[in-house]
Order: sequence, then structure tokens, then C-alpha cells
Amino acid sequence: MSISREDVQHIALLARMHLTEDELQVMARQLSGILEHIAVLQEADVSSVALTATLLPQSGVMRADVPQPSYTPDLLLANAPDREDQYLRVKAVLD
Amino acid sequence: MSALWNLSIAEAGERLRRREITSVALTQAHLDRIAAVDEQVKAFLTVTAEAALEDARAADKRLDHDDRVTGLTGIPLALKDVLVTKGVRTTAGSRFLEHFVPPYDGTVVRRLREAGAVTLGKVNMDEFAMGSSTENSAYGPTRNPWDTTRVPGGSSGGSAAAVAAGEAMGSLGSDTGGSVRQPGALTNTVGLKPTYGRVSRFGLIAFASSLDQIGPFTRSARDSAILLGAIAGYDPADSTSANVPVPDYVQALTGDVRGLKIGVPREYFVEGTEPGVVKVVQDAIAVYRELGAEILDISLPHTRYGLAAYYIIAPAEASANLARYDGIKYGLSVREGADDLIDSLMHTREMGFGPEVRRRIMLGTYALSSGYYDAYYKRAEQVRMLIRQDFDAAFATCDVIISPTSPTVAFKLGERTDDPVAMYLADLFTIPANLAGICGVSIPGGFSEGLPVGVQLLGQRFEEATILRAADAFERVTDYHTRWPTLADTVAKPKRKSTKKLV
Repeated sequence: MSISREDVQHIALLARMHLTEDELQVMARQLSGILEHIAVLQEADVSSVALTATLLPQSGVMRADVPQPSYTPDLLLANAPDREDQYLRVKAVLD
Repeated sequence: MSALWNLSIAEAGERLRRREITSVALTQAHLDRIAAVDEQVKAFLTVTAEAALEDARAADKRLDHDDRVTGLTGIPLALKDVLVTKGVRTTAGSRFLEHFVPPYDGTVVRRLREAGAVTLGKVNMDEFAMGSSTENSAYGPTRNPWDTTRVPGGSSGGSAAAVAAGEAMGSLGSDTGGSVRQPGALTNTVGLKPTYGRVSRFGLIAFASSLDQIGPFTRSARDSAILLGAIAGYDPADSTSANVPVPDYVQALTGDVRGLKIGVPREYFVEGTEPGVVKVVQDAIAVYRELGAEILDISLPHTRYGLAAYYIIAPAEASANLARYDGIKYGLSVREGADDLIDSLMHTREMGFGPEVRRRIMLGTYALSSGYYDAYYKRAEQVRMLIRQDFDAAFATCDVIISPTSPTVAFKLGERTDDPVAMYLADLFTIPANLAGICGVSIPGGFSEGLPVGVQLLGQRFEEATILRAADAFERVTDYHTRWPTLADTVAKPKRKSTKKLV
């Protein structure tokens, strides 16, 4: 299984990650190399295995719906790249 | 005169409790050691000298008044920079988080503080724990104290090197596919990966959530037992943490392995492993036989699929986990020149992530994308179940599984950086334990061409006490774990004050 430059460009868009033309080429080559090694998976006989989402005995863990102490907005916003009062500021989504 | 930095946690703890030494002196000895050798080793990203001495003074007070004294009270430790620490910069080895200061402590960090441990600082790692050499750190590679032209392993290379070089008495790392055990093997330290769910992941910056587990590095099995006992246990803040009682791991170290059934999986002794590594493991098997353990040949038939399943599952989970790095709430944000929000996002993620992280995000996104999901992700999860069934069948006949930890000794810096697949092969023997969720430990097993070789002991889920007992029994009749790299003799020059950056 090999990945083309166009495949890489499509995946990069899904991953929201800009890649330069050079990076697209290198990534196509490297991902193809990795997928070659991963192809061995197709040889495994998985007919006896049901698909399981988790190896854990517990699932859907809930806690009691009781208010807990929380962090202050200032503390939580202290790492924000850009803010205005208690809001995060971002580039406009709509014109 | 013996230096304080070369004591074990168990020895130092006894001397602290008898008040023969103070935590302040012990902590200062480690800060001095960091100042003397870290230029060579480059294990630390941040040294919190003042906070460490403050912790030490508080610990001395507790020791003076016999107040809440534990096996870790007054003991200086280092933390992998993937564990969030309140008020102390936490980078995960990434440019993205260069200035990130967490608002809270992770559960393990909190537990260490409550036990009275001293935190020396944060240590280097492959970016977001992705790598096997610590060369993927955005802050430069860490060196192996046994040969500074070689890698310490990864991704917890800083945690391993700091302990190996005497810069910390113990440390915490994280192990997603071998990131504690493999650097343990390459640096002659004891690296333990607990059972999935044994230790809370709350406050561990996520890589692959179904595989990640926090584990200790130490210079003995006894110290590993002390450290594990302090961090293990149920945590309501991590829904995958297990509500299973924590045994007294130190009490379990009886030295007795008579009748212990040790399985030797034939699939782990195949071509490609260095002869010097195979010899060390065979010698270790002979030691266990002599100690009265029963050695059995076993088979883990799906081993050959492990690496492939891992390199689908881990990147798939990583691509989802790392989607949070959007430059909006925290971390790097590139806005200059961007047309709109998406454009800003695309460039932020381009600038913030290094090549390996980008590669894995791409691989994971591909494996989860429409049209490929069944062929890759679904199949990898099914194979994962087969690997788990292999181990369940094996542990029906044996108590411990023995193997090499890494197929090679520490490799040269730069040797594998251009070949992702060659780098991935370093984790061939460690990955299956993460896929199956079982526990494992790498112990100093001997040397090959002057470099440390790790022996891996795997145990069934929640059987950490069993593998630590086997590890301790081995240490009682060998001296490999007591050997030090010669680093100190060549470069140590005593300094009074740490010159590293203070936080």
C-alpha cells in the first residue's frame, strides 16, 4: 500500500496541519514505508475475534452529580494566547 | 567518604528516619550533582532548586516530628515533563507547550507531595512521548551516562538518565509502548510499567490513552516497590483507573523464587537481536534456575503482529488526543498572516509539532479516515485482542515471562533519526505488554561491550508484586544494578550552588 502526495495533502487537511511541498513528498515516502510494515496485519486470522472497544472491565463510569470545587476563570485562562476579559479571542470564523 | 547522591532510596530513607542525614543535605547533594554532570547528560529541562530545598525543609520537619513519615519523605525525585505540575512549566518536550504553566498537579505528583517527596525538576523526553531515543525532544537530546555519544532510549530518556547519573534517586516516566522499560534497559536502571489502570493518568499529558501508563525509574527493585506503592491506586479523576487494592510491594520482596514458573517465549528469541543481549538474558535464566525457579518454554504466537497493531492504534489515539492543540486555549498560537481561524490552526500545528509527532498524527488520521478504518484500525484492535489472549493463555501456565527488553544496546545519537521504521523496532519486545494491558519491568541484567543490557520480566494484570519479587531476587545474587557509569569521575567538579535556571 503506498500513499500518494495527493493522499497526504487530503490527510493533512483532515488533521488541520499545513505541510510544505517538500514535506508532502517526504511524508508520502515515509508513510508508505510504515504502511508496508503494517501490511502484515492483513495476514492475521481475526475471524474468531469480536470487536471490542476497551480491554477494561468497567465502562461508562459516572460520578455522583454533586457540585465540586472548581478553578477560577483567571487561573484557567492564564495560558490563553489571546483573551478579552473572561473570553478567548480567536480569528474571525465568519466575515 | 560516600557521596549522598549514590545512596538508594531505601538506604537514604533509613538514614533520614534515623536523622543521621537531613533531606536538605540530600537534596543539595543532588542539586550539586546536577550542576556537575548535567552539562554532559542533559537530562533536565527545568531545575526547581528553590522549591526543592523548600520541600526538603518541610520533609525534615515531618521527619523531626515523626509526622506522616513515608518511605519517600525527604527523597529527591525527578519528573518526566509530561506530568503536569502546578506553577511549574510543563512542555511535554514540545515547542507547542514551551511556555505552558499548568494550573494543577497531576494525581501522581500530588501523591508524591503528600508522601513528602522532594521534586528536583522536570526531565527531558521525546516530544509528546513519541520516540525511542529522546532525540525527538524540541529541546535537544539527552545523552546516555554510560556513553554520551549514545542515546539513553526513550521516550522517558531524561527520567532514565537522571537516575543512572545520580542526579535523582528515582524518577517517574510514562510507558505507552516501552518508554519506561526500554530507557531503563539502556541505562542500567529498573524501569517498571504498571498494569493499565494501576496508576492514575490524571495529569499525564495524553499520547495514546488506552496504552499510556506512568511508571518509576530506580536503581533497585526495592526502590521501585517503594515508589510504585506511593503512586498506585484508584483515582476517581481517572475513569480507567482500577479500584483494586494496592498490596505492600516492599513486603513482597522475600528473595524467594523457588517454584516460581518463568516462561521463555520462543517468539522473543529470534534473529535480529544482538548476540550480546541474548547471552545476558540466557545468563539471567540460568540464575533463576539456580535460585529454584522452574523454567518453561512458552509460545506467544501473535507476537509478530504486535508492532504493526501498535503503529495503528497508538497514532490513531494520538491523532485524536493531539487535536486539542489548536492554539486557542493554551500553547503556541500562530495568527500573524493567517487568513482565518482554520488557516491559523493549520500554521499553528505546522509550527508547534516536530517531524515525528506530525508523522504519527498523519498516520493516525489516515488509519481512522473513511475507507481505511476497517482495514487498519478495526483489524489492529482485533489483533490486539489476540495478543491479549496469547498472554492470558501463557499466564495460565507460568507466573512470569522473561525476555530481552530491547533487541540492542544503546545506539549512537543520530543513527536512526532518518529511518522511522528502524526506530520503531527498538520497541519490538515492549509493545505487546501495552497492547495487553499487563505489567512489566526491565532490570539491569548485565553488560554487552561495556553497555547495559536490560532483562524484561512480564507479569499478569495487577501482579507487580510478583515481577518485583523476581527482580529483587535476581539483584540479591548479582551486582549489575550497583554499577555506575564513569561519567562522574571524568567531569565532576564540586560546585556549591546549582547554576541551572531557577523557577
